[in-house]
Amino acid sequence: MAEPPLRPRRRFRQPSVIPGFGITFGYTLTCLGIIVLLPLAALVARASGLGLWGIWEVATDPRVASALRVSFGVSLLAALTASVFGFLIAWVLTRYRFPGRKIVDAVVDLPFALPTAVAGIALASLYAPNGLVGEQLAKLGIEAAYTPVGIYIAMVFIGLPFAVRTVQPLIEEIDKEIEEASATLGADRWHTLIKVVVPPLIPAVLTGFALAFARGVGEYGSIIFIAGNLPYVSEIAPLLIVIKLSEFDYGGACAIATIMLGISFVTLLAINLIQAWSRRRFGYV
Amino acid sequence: MSSASATTQPPARAGSVVTEGFAVRALLIGIAVVFLALFLVLPLVTVFIQAFAKGWSAYLAAFSEVDARSAIRLTLLTAAIAVPFNLVFGIMASWAIAKFEFRGKNLLVTLIDLPFSVSPVVSGLIYVLVFGAQGLLGPWLLEHDIQIIFAVPGIVLATIFVTFPFVARQLIPLMQEQGTAEEEAALTLGASGWHAFRTVTLPNIRWGLLYSVLLCNARAMGEFGAVSVVSGHIRGLTNTLPLHVEILYNEYNFVASFAVASLLAGLALVTLLVKSLLEWRFSAEIAAGARRH
Amino acid sequence: MLHDLSLDVRAGELLALLGPSGSGKTTLLRIIAGLDFPDRGRIIFGSDDATRVPVQERAVGFVFQHYALFKHMSVAENIAYGLNARKRADRPAKAEIKRRVGDLLDLIKLSGFADRYPSQLSGGQRQRIALARALAVEPRVLLLDEPFGALDAQVRKDLRRWLREIHDRTGQTTIFVTHDQDEALELSDRVAVLSKGRLEQIGTPDEVQENPVSSTVLKFLGDTIEVEAIAQGSEVRVNGRLTPVKAPPGLVGPVKLYARPWQLQFAEPGQAHLEGHVRSSYRSQGRQRIEVDRSEGKTVVVEASDTHRLAAGRPVGLTINAGYVFKD
Repeated sequence: MAEPPLRPRRRFRQPSVIPGFGITFGYTLTCLGIIVLLPLAALVARASGLGLWGIWEVATDPRVASALRVSFGVSLLAALTASVFGFLIAWVLTRYRFPGRKIVDAVVDLPFALPTAVAGIALASLYAPNGLVGEQLAKLGIEAAYTPVGIYIAMVFIGLPFAVRTVQPLIEEIDKEIEEASATLGADRWHTLIKVVVPPLIPAVLTGFALAFARGVGEYGSIIFIAGNLPYVSEIAPLLIVIKLSEFDYGGACAIATIMLGISFVTLLAINLIQAWSRRRFGYV
Repeated sequence: MSSASATTQPPARAGSVVTEGFAVRALLIGIAVVFLALFLVLPLVTVFIQAFAKGWSAYLAAFSEVDARSAIRLTLLTAAIAVPFNLVFGIMASWAIAKFEFRGKNLLVTLIDLPFSVSPVVSGLIYVLVFGAQGLLGPWLLEHDIQIIFAVPGIVLATIFVTFPFVARQLIPLMQEQGTAEEEAALTLGASGWHAFRTVTLPNIRWGLLYSVLLCNARAMGEFGAVSVVSGHIRGLTNTLPLHVEILYNEYNFVASFAVASLLAGLALVTLLVKSLLEWRFSAEIAAGARRH
Repeated sequence: MLHDLSLDVRAGELLALLGPSGSGKTTLLRIIAGLDFPDRGRIIFGSDDATRVPVQERAVGFVFQHYALFKHMSVAENIAYGLNARKRADRPAKAEIKRRVGDLLDLIKLSGFADRYPSQLSGGQRQRIALARALAVEPRVLLLDEPFGALDAQVRKDLRRWLREIHDRTGQTTIFVTHDQDEALELSDRVAVLSKGRLEQIGTPDEVQENPVSSTVLKFLGDTIEVEAIAQGSEVRVNGRLTPVKAPPGLVGPVKLYARPWQLQFAEPGQAHLEGHVRSSYRSQGRQRIEVDRSEGKTVVVEASDTHRLAAGRPVGLTINAGYVFKD
């Protein structure tokens, strides 16, 4: 983009007969700058004002540390659950034909479409001790609402579509001849699945896992109602940002936000690395 | 020799070498359906059950309230600004990115995608840091008596941010897949760039465009975290529908809260329905976004 | 990648740009059309310099390799597109456009297809629609990029003949790109052979076949047998024996002699230019072809005029009746 050309002969843009590059490119950069880059830069500026030590101090505050632990730990578990069931659902939806399949397929996107606050109050009322599911769980001695279990449930809800939708197109593209080849070579179905079908899907599963994880860590609306938000127990990092802001502790809010942003970038980077590896190894993303 | 015909037969045909036995299939389908029913469908159903817990009159009462009406108005206004903005941006960005080859393109695409990987709360926070009283432009705005944070402009900005990539991300792969041959053909026939866009490009992307606008709108109307941070929760002034749901819920006014929530859930259902219809009907024109290369 | 080249297209002619893939022929065509841009050089139409003229105003008819038909428009809308794209002042009246579309549909023999959509047509029909669409704007030059590349063999043959007919009827200056020698030689008034971004030779099909200027052109135009030879004066010897082939002036010493499969003749071993054993023989398109393992090691294919089969393993001699001599 703005970087100087490596060699003077290499052009920034290949010439093309299609018109409109200047105006569309300029408009894109302007919008991107004002809406996305400038505000994010403000956060980075604020955070660098705190310094690494300042951020570290906030992060090691017991309440903050506990909130970060809850956010990352529970999200990891939830993403794992979403990946396992997501793979199963994607497999069922692409490989089997059964009545209502298209409706089930559409339902998977519900968490994308349903506003998080709506999902939040619905989950809270379902899993409350007197709620439809909460009552049954209570009989089993499981308290869901106002504990990390509730957070976990909300995060699975929000992460599931990512897990399903990253794997599904790849299962669709599996060449059945590969499985038939495996069968003609004497492998039983289980062997074929484990040795032939699943390995090329692993990068997609990992990508789906990373997306669900990142979404879970940042999620706010669907969690706060069911979580109960008890400090040191069921308080999540995004909520703590809101609390710090309401106390006008901008520095604290920025420090937590920076840590979360850092984790999202690491996750993003991991996804890119997975995809680069996949491209080398399997020839596709 | 059953190999060559496998793709034309229903994949679940009993006895095929490329599927599992009937019992295993039934079990897996059962697990998938029960899991989805429990985790996704049940919460949706709950919204409507709770909304109608005290009957129609209680349900309708939730909307006769002045604050509820102003929340509906503000939500519509926000979407009416944010969606067209991102529509224009998405078309511009995907034209520049899909129809031309230039250096740094991948970086540009990554930056456009950035809002998807930022927590909603952080999305709100960054606008507070720019426009808030203690923010970068705070003193200047105060001097000129312009209120952005805890006011409608802040809500609109935060909504634009969280829905920023929707249209662009859908259109870029779609336009890339379609290449430039048809536009070139139009140009050799004497069409101007704008004429070629209107008559050739736009008809080719219209369903993908509608699809992305639909999803963008659902998110714009339903956004909670980011809007919550910049809104200030001033009843009747800076409350959108999702924020109104929260306030009512926290006041233990469950019926009203779920009634308002049911409105948003209805929007989600309509979105899903139209989205699915579009996918079934025009899969080829939409799927490029999801297809892998 | 194109190197400096100069190509003069005559008004009304049908010119083929022939070359292997990567020879730059499509790039050249796109530069003529105004779809790609040369680093230097000029494009001149008649007496007008068109180098800086944008593609919209260049008045070229371009038929894309994969047709680039507008999928969402009917056949008639596709053909009328260029006319409808004109500014109101230059745009023909609706009835006139309709008449022109009708005439063009008649010309391409698809009269009943006006309301069909491209997806409802066969490959050959799409190709003809693409041609009609390009002709509708009455271009100064018609440009076709691998016009028959995506079609199967029989349709290809039919369309070739048909394109020639259309050309003869309209007298439209036409340039088409192809990598198929037969197509270029059969169809065009003149052939321009390109290789690695250079124009190797331009001439009538007879000229390039009878007097190829380089071994590249020769080899690209058909099967050849390559033999080491010595040139002395105008005489060319293979394995010490004189051949009827004459070397061009100035070419002396070790050279390469190239012959077509039909320019060789079987002879008794020990009295011929080349020696070898019959490996196998087969019939291809009504002609007898015999593979001979040469004593030097290479296998050559010879076309025999006599139809009797030669038994595999039999020692034979080969006499060179005609051929071409180049340095490399």
